[in-house]
Amino acid sequence: MKSFAIAFELGRCLRFLSICAYMWTMCSFVHAQSTADAIAQYRAMLQDGNPADLFVDKGELLWKAARGPKNISLQACDLGLGPGILEGAWVQLPRYFQDTQRVQDLESRLLTCMQTLQGFDASAIAQTPFGVGEQINVSALAAFVSSRSMGQAFLLPQSHPEERRFYELGKRLFFTRAGPYDFSCSTCHAQDAKRIRLQDLPNITGKEGATAGFGAWPAYRVSNGQMWSMQQRLNDCLRQQRFPYPLFGSDFTIALGVYMGVNSKGGQSIAPALKR
Amino acid sequence: MTGFKRFIFELNHGFFSITLYPMRHMISKFLCSILGLLLVALLCACAAMKPEFAAQDLDRWTQEVLRRSFRDEKAVKVSILQQDASNKECSTAQSSGIELSEQKRKEIEDENFKTVVSPKDGQYFGDFKLGEVLAQDGRGLTWSDAIGQPNGGQCYNCHQLSAKELSYGTLGPSLYQYGKNRGVTDLKSEVSKPVIEYTWAKLWNSKSFNACSAMPRYGDHGILSQVQIKHLMSLLLDPRSPVNQ
Repeated sequence: MKSFAIAFELGRCLRFLSICAYMWTMCSFVHAQSTADAIAQYRAMLQDGNPADLFVDKGELLWKAARGPKNISLQACDLGLGPGILEGAWVQLPRYFQDTQRVQDLESRLLTCMQTLQGFDASAIAQTPFGVGEQINVSALAAFVSSRSMGQAFLLPQSHPEERRFYELGKRLFFTRAGPYDFSCSTCHAQDAKRIRLQDLPNITGKEGATAGFGAWPAYRVSNGQMWSMQQRLNDCLRQQRFPYPLFGSDFTIALGVYMGVNSKGGQSIAPALKR
Repeated sequence: MTGFKRFIFELNHGFFSITLYPMRHMISKFLCSILGLLLVALLCACAAMKPEFAAQDLDRWTQEVLRRSFRDEKAVKVSILQQDASNKECSTAQSSGIELSEQKRKEIEDENFKTVVSPKDGQYFGDFKLGEVLAQDGRGLTWSDAIGQPNGGQCYNCHQLSAKELSYGTLGPSLYQYGKNRGVTDLKSEVSKPVIEYTWAKLWNSKSFNACSAMPRYGDHGILSQVQIKHLMSLLLDPRSPVNQ
């Protein structure tokens, strides 16, 4: 674990230096190239060694480790394709699960497995703030599971009526304007080629934008050096939308996941990705 | 035998019957499959006309999901999800893809225009420099904001304003040279009055002129104070403001 930490810190230092060098070069060329190009180049440079890989490794260890009150691993966890099947599971989530009779996303499903297999208290973990206690492990597990579908095309199942109902709900919730600013998800994410300040905004109503917006999380965020799951990403979206605090694994976030995931159909998953 | 009967006879018994028989069979098979396809298409069309879930059920479930998916955090309460008529109408219009009728739009706009409060002292302007600071400031009303701090105007998130600021968003139209483009050369001139009153009303309640505008209702929702809105008025309209250079 110590060498892991050293390697991680060393990686961060090197990356910081390369970003500094890049920023310096970028300043002189800023007028020569478009913002989008510059940002794409910046991302490409950061792609050379994604710190998310460290969380993938950590997640794999957690997946295989005997943990929790029952001291059992998660290897028998069913993520939709059968117990222990990881390959392709992420690109078919959220989906309906017979045992819980709920549409679940990756994180809420991981909590179910942690409770039923390992004896953890799922609701206690759901109420734990991000970046604290078991929530850190859930992010790492999500990074690991998503990495086993990297490069695969999104194909969320829509055969169960609950899956279709959640798509319809997700669509309505995406367009729901409320709060002090009258914002909805669609205020920023329903048009092509728009930005907030210099940040490009994906149009999540279409395949390309949905894949870019939905298909990149879980991701490592360079700006704060954290590994974020989709639940955490949506939490921050809703914060900026001036909505109240969403409950972890709430139907709002899961329905939105179904809407975005189904819109991404055929798009390629790059999770766990690297974000600014 | 007349022409047609002769043709059928030849078809069944004549020289061509052997060669044509399999073709006749194929033709009838082809016709059957066309009919079959038409029937399937008709059934599909019927199914498409009746959606799997009724709109009013989906509306009810949506409200239920909204009610049970959030909690209060700091100053941000769950009750803010309560939609007024314009948010409700515009959300439905957008998610269904059915645009609001001209009459409905007008109703919403009139309702919102009624909320516009003119400045108490009749003075519409403040300091364009403070307006620029407000336009840059995107803080306020999230659960991570300090309680009691004044909110920003977050104008640059969506609009271009001063030519010097390159980091601007494109969700709203460019407001660069807003006053200049509208012929405002003297704020005290009678000619400028309609533009001044329109701009104040737009900042106070954006839905007064565009029912489903994406812009927050700064005055009506108490996001900015009258004093703050006056600074933004100066930023937009004052001929000395960086916006009008």
